[in-house]
Amino acid sequence: MVATKSRVGRRRMPPLLKARKPNRSIRGDIGIFIFIALVAAFFLLPLIFAVSNAFKPFDELFLFPPRFFVINPTMQNFRDLFVLIDASWVPFSRYVVNTVFLTIAGTIGHVFLASLAAYALEKHRFPGRQFLFAMVIFSLMFSGHVTGIPNFIIMTWLGWIDSLASLIVPAWGAALGLFLMKQFMTQVPDALLESSRIDGANEFWIYSRIVMPLVKPAWVTLIIISFQGLWNATGSTFIYSEENKPLPFALGQIVAGGIGRAGAAAAVGVIMMIVPLAVFIISQSKVMETMASSGIKE
Amino acid sequence: MTTKEKFLYNITSMRKSWLSYLFIAPFMIIFFTFTVAPVLMSMGLSFTYFNMFEPPRFIGWQNFINLFFWDEVFLVAIQNTLVLALITGPVGYMLSFLFAWLINEFPKFIKTTLVVVFFAPTISGQMFVIWNVVFASDMRGYANSILLRLGIVAAPIHWLSTEAYIMPITILVVLWMSMGTGFLAFVAGVTNVDKNLYEAGYVDGIRNRWQELWFITLPYMKPQLLFSAILAITGSFAIFEVAVALAGMPSTNYANHTVVTHLVDFGTIRFEMGYASAIAVVLFATMVGANRLVQRLLRKVGT
Repeated sequence: MVATKSRVGRRRMPPLLKARKPNRSIRGDIGIFIFIALVAAFFLLPLIFAVSNAFKPFDELFLFPPRFFVINPTMQNFRDLFVLIDASWVPFSRYVVNTVFLTIAGTIGHVFLASLAAYALEKHRFPGRQFLFAMVIFSLMFSGHVTGIPNFIIMTWLGWIDSLASLIVPAWGAALGLFLMKQFMTQVPDALLESSRIDGANEFWIYSRIVMPLVKPAWVTLIIISFQGLWNATGSTFIYSEENKPLPFALGQIVAGGIGRAGAAAAVGVIMMIVPLAVFIISQSKVMETMASSGIKE
Repeated sequence: MTTKEKFLYNITSMRKSWLSYLFIAPFMIIFFTFTVAPVLMSMGLSFTYFNMFEPPRFIGWQNFINLFFWDEVFLVAIQNTLVLALITGPVGYMLSFLFAWLINEFPKFIKTTLVVVFFAPTISGQMFVIWNVVFASDMRGYANSILLRLGIVAAPIHWLSTEAYIMPITILVVLWMSMGTGFLAFVAGVTNVDKNLYEAGYVDGIRNRWQELWFITLPYMKPQLLFSAILAITGSFAIFEVAVALAGMPSTNYANHTVVTHLVDFGTIRFEMGYASAIAVVLFATMVGANRLVQRLLRKVGT
């Protein structure tokens, strides 16, 4: 068994060490490999501690010296979490439903509106398109903190305070999504669209039946970016009623419960992390295709 | 074309393109409502006294005068923000390029795993709170326990409430989270560099990987360099959540108080919306100015 393993290992080594392109030294490759391994450890270890903490029984959480890895793994923290959750006066499922709903509604709306606008901006010629796209790029240059206060006032005018719309609708108009979508659509050949137009296809049909299937990697990217933001949205500035609050807010309350809840808090972190991470791992190859076209052309 | 002809031409072509406008309308309406209009409103409100209860009252430059001449905490915040942005921005940006470039030649499976590893801290939500355990102030924190056992310190260090340590720790954690969307753009960009260019470069006398990087890879990736720079700069000036999670709000002696922390303090705790808007305008000008400057510099890469 061990022998087989090492043979597989040896078979895999050549592309890394031997069959080199010009301009590569073996010593350099080994150095790079060690360097990257150390860096990867720095990125990964805290996450491993976090996961390991979630499975530690209470006494192990407060051990001196602290152990990086769990000795007697237990699901107790997760059970505690569900007990705590049952005790809250809004049923826990309510928070889950809120977050799932706002994540899905926000993400679907964003992908649809951003791709529709990106199609027109990239493939149609009309006055103002360059200006509008320049505005979109410009808006990437400042963060949402700049617009926070006026947004609160605008939400008040719209009557969306204390409603999930205050989190969902702004997500539909996120500039980064439109930008990535438009850059990706430059790869769709104009001749293809032109021939469909000659065949009498209308613009919406071309968008939904020709362009959209071709830019699938771009949607996946938008889904991940949007999903990640909405999944973690606490909504603390806009939402006040307990029954409208999303999941991260409720879990944040548990974490804030102090030292007695250290175990449950660790479990919370793991639960919140797993969903976006899984979505990314499943779709990462598609994301890479979109990112290849993400650049800003001069 | 004369101006009048141009105008008429524009009007007719606008009328012809009604369908295009229909396509962009839903997105643009939302984009203008929640992004463009708020920037303009911030600028307007920054010249007023406004507390959300009474209508805003125009007070001229007073907010900005108070901000720069009387608000000592703001001056600390500006200093901290510049330190954080000047360190984590460029370092995070260069590291994400370096890692993307170095892992590119690994076998596919290792490369994919590494991309997930580097990106994981960014998408794992509130996972950065684990650093509070690493730097906990009692002997059970990982950092303290290691130092105690090695005999380097005699008593646990209060990492996150000691002014001297707060900033370095914040920088460390921000860098841990800096492999975001920009990193993904780099990974994709390096992967897509035309392989024939490297062969051609070898024939033309490029002798090691560093020359290859400077003369082939970097110039080829200019679009990604520009895009990631925007995300890196905007992100590094917007550091707030991580800083508060680590050292609290306010942190000891405002050690990692940033401009955004100050903005949140006045906007959502004190409800001094006019003053907070002035802070937002300063933040806006800083971010956009830094972005413009760096874009100009990056266009020179490889030329």
